[in-house]
Amino acid sequence: MDDLLAEFVTEAGESLAELDAALLKLEQAPGDAETLGRVFRLVHTIKGTCGFLGLTRLEHLAHAAENVLGRLREGSLVANADIISVILGALDRLKLILDGIRLTGAEPHGDDASLITALDDVSAGKRSEAAPAEPVSKPESAAEDVAHEPEAPEAHVAGPQTLRVNVEILEELMTLVGELVLTRNQLMQIDRMHQNSAYVVPLQRLSHITTDLQEGVMKTRMQPIGNAWNKLPRLVRDLSHELSKSIELDMLGAGTELDRQVLELIRDPLTHMVRNSADHGLETPAERRAAGKAETGRISLNAYHEGGHIIIEVGDDGRGLPVDKIRERVLARGLASEADVAAMSDTSLQRFIFHPGFSTASAVTSISGRGVGMDVVKTNVEKIGGTIDVRSTPGAGAVFHIKIPLTLAIVSALIIAAGGERFAIPQISVVELVRTRADGEASVAGSEPLIDRIDETLVLRLRDRLLPLVNLAALLHLPPVHREAGDCLHIVVAQVGANTLGLVVDQVFDTEEIVVKPVSPILRHLTLFSGNTILGDGSVIMILDPNGIARLLGVGASGVAEKRSVTQVVGSQTSTDRTSMLLFRAGMHRCLAVPLGLVSRLEDMKPAQIETAGDMLLTQYRGKLMPLICLADGLSGAHGRGGAATYTQSAELSASHPVLVFLDHGRSVGLIVDEIIDVVEEQLRIELIADRPGVLGIAVIAGRATDVIDTGYWLTRAHQDWFIKSAPSAGRQPQILVVEDDDFFRQMVVPILSAAGYSVTAASDGEQALRLRDAGERFDAIISDIDMPGMGGVAFARQIRAGGLWSQVPLIALSGLDEHSAGRIAKDAGFTEHVMKHDRGALLKGLERHLAVNAVAA
Amino acid sequence: MPHRATVFVTLTLADQLCGVPVTAVRDVLGVHPLTRIPLAPPEIAGSLNLRGRIVTAIDLRRRLRLPPAAGGVERMSVVAELGGDLYALLVDHVGEVVSPPSTAFERNPATLSETWASFSLGIYRLEGHLMVVLDVARLLSLTPA
Repeated sequence: MDDLLAEFVTEAGESLAELDAALLKLEQAPGDAETLGRVFRLVHTIKGTCGFLGLTRLEHLAHAAENVLGRLREGSLVANADIISVILGALDRLKLILDGIRLTGAEPHGDDASLITALDDVSAGKRSEAAPAEPVSKPESAAEDVAHEPEAPEAHVAGPQTLRVNVEILEELMTLVGELVLTRNQLMQIDRMHQNSAYVVPLQRLSHITTDLQEGVMKTRMQPIGNAWNKLPRLVRDLSHELSKSIELDMLGAGTELDRQVLELIRDPLTHMVRNSADHGLETPAERRAAGKAETGRISLNAYHEGGHIIIEVGDDGRGLPVDKIRERVLARGLASEADVAAMSDTSLQRFIFHPGFSTASAVTSISGRGVGMDVVKTNVEKIGGTIDVRSTPGAGAVFHIKIPLTLAIVSALIIAAGGERFAIPQISVVELVRTRADGEASVAGSEPLIDRIDETLVLRLRDRLLPLVNLAALLHLPPVHREAGDCLHIVVAQVGANTLGLVVDQVFDTEEIVVKPVSPILRHLTLFSGNTILGDGSVIMILDPNGIARLLGVGASGVAEKRSVTQVVGSQTSTDRTSMLLFRAGMHRCLAVPLGLVSRLEDMKPAQIETAGDMLLTQYRGKLMPLICLADGLSGAHGRGGAATYTQSAELSASHPVLVFLDHGRSVGLIVDEIIDVVEEQLRIELIADRPGVLGIAVIAGRATDVIDTGYWLTRAHQDWFIKSAPSAGRQPQILVVEDDDFFRQMVVPILSAAGYSVTAASDGEQALRLRDAGERFDAIISDIDMPGMGGVAFARQIRAGGLWSQVPLIALSGLDEHSAGRIAKDAGFTEHVMKHDRGALLKGLERHLAVNAVAA
Repeated sequence: MPHRATVFVTLTLADQLCGVPVTAVRDVLGVHPLTRIPLAPPEIAGSLNLRGRIVTAIDLRRRLRLPPAAGGVERMSVVAELGGDLYALLVDHVGEVVSPPSTAFERNPATLSETWASFSLGIYRLEGHLMVVLDVARLLSLTPA
């Protein structure tokens, strides 16, 4: 049965019940105009709806009854017991048909001709008022008509399907159920201590019934979220007039149900957000046209259930959050320092809109812009244990993402211990539980999360993220619990808004359904707690509010996670070269970079395209097998060349992986990474030399400490024979001098040459190199950058060729300039060959060739 | 309230006899396990479960700036209700119920220490003792700093 029909059946059933009473009243007082009017309207409504739904039997009957009632209303007929009986007879038939519809979803077959004739006779005045009642309304006749209808035993018990119940009664019921749940929990706890008790079975049953009852009562309080939305279409219509914008409102999932208490509390924030979207988010039609968008802006509301929570998204396809304006405002209001702002991602900046008194609207309009906006929304959402975040794309709009619990009364919570006390953390904010070694030692597998220290701040390295760690006991001023060295640390990873933080706790117990009770008024100022409850064992425990913790820590819009350690500058010279760097993420390494020039292609590979052979990962790429390396595993030192084992585990989690492809000599290798972040062109300064294999060092790129990966290392690892053909066969290792001012390229070239079997010495400029010559150092070949501060490559080459120890040594020029101009300059200066920077193949080939020539000559 | 013959529950705090109108008392508890409440004001000793209701316990020694009780001494509490919430007043000992004649009532002596004076509604002269009538509402109006 469709919803409309079901609703009609319910409604009509209620109307008929009301009609019964009204008709009886009418019988007592035939001239009662008010009752007559009500009876007429009720029947009229039923008739109208039946016609609309195509229920012909009902319609005809109701129509005939309506005619009679019309005459009565006009006063051309006076109600008497006979007429009332005829109408009641019709009503009984209507009920029968309705029951049939309720059972089968369609009108049962049957003939109402005799009833209709009787009604028509009455309305035509054919039946004298004194005439005795015909047996039309008698049960026998009704039974005759019904006889050939399908058997419907339940038909007789049909009553009203809905009841109006005072909300207070429901609230009271909920409170009682809450108490019952607590008592049940207590009984279960007692039962656990007494083995083989005779109470086990009935207790189990009690437990099940309690759960069912709880669900049932919860259901009575559930209302579709559409109830909180029903005023929005009007609001949007008014706003669109007021703002001269064309706005369309989309509402999805209006039927998603949630607790009425939550519904009431979310109504205002939602209205406010829709207002905001209309006012700030959407552009004027002219602006939209100019931006190549449809003139009509779209605001969409979407609600759905997700894991015991309800997600509400409020989005628009407008201009998105103005990051620049937010940045200005943040600086103007002194909410963060310039350095902090510079280091912040757009997402972090956008979260400042949740800051108290933050508004970027340049003018205060009647709609919004008074700076009492999103922070109030956030506070309200947090008040009901929810979280809010925003995603915005410039020019494409913004989406607010609200996650709220289905109900406030009974929540699932994780019970933990810290500082000798137990606490409950609502499951809504618990992302995961992590156990790690307290001493922060890296485990061999490399998969375990690590605890690091930046100055005095503890951070947790969890996969690809760096999470601020909070010692819960210390935060709550509780005495620390003594830990043995080597003990495990329990960390509850909690989500607070868009921030994630790790709470260090002493112990993690179970999850329990708890009934949230408000804390005593004298404790209300402790925003760290959202309530308290009684556990199954009868003890009182405080419920931690992760939002309160975040507030206490000041993990607000920015987030501690954005901080990175400031590494010490290790005697570096600055090169003025700007390099295009590809930024990406892999595993727990937050930000990695590689010069874009070294990357041949970027591919997106689905797990299905990736195959394993032994412990290697392979893929078919352009008709050949290409080895793949899972960079995250490689960096964390996982065994196996490709880290195949770990990859297959993580592969299921992600639909596809970006792969950086490096090509050389017709061979290729792919590095599997997690995410490509950006391409930036920046001056590259390697500030800290890393001693981890595969990482050249750490540079500040886009304001963030970034690991620059050593491509040479990874290429060597994939193809153990990668450089073999270019490497000298045996004997003494050829000595190579690399003169390069740019730290990065020096760092990159040296490992490549070392890997190829050369012994490499590096100098950072011409003067330094010449000092080596004067010191009597001998080299088989010299590689020099052309463009260097101080003594440039050209001058350096001339000096060498002018005479001395190195006058005959093959001299290879490196430059980023194009082949022709640089090549000529290089040749003129006395270089043997010119090779483009990044062209590893050409460099190795050149070396090979010149060294071979030398060997033959020698 | 103290002007009519009132029934009091007597209690002792650091050897001082005190009285709380029996109408304000919901229960008298022996030693009860307490849950500490981190970051709460020092006067708040914790919370306890009284037949399914959560009761906030207030250490009256601390509230009246008296020296802490000797270790190992079992303390009792008087449960009072205020604004629909229950509070347990942690005391050294709960004694008998007395009904002193209103003629035995005196205002606070001017020399009474400021702390006592602020929580005392007056004094009853009992045989051999003086009983301080505690102002429960004042005791429970812990305004956070």
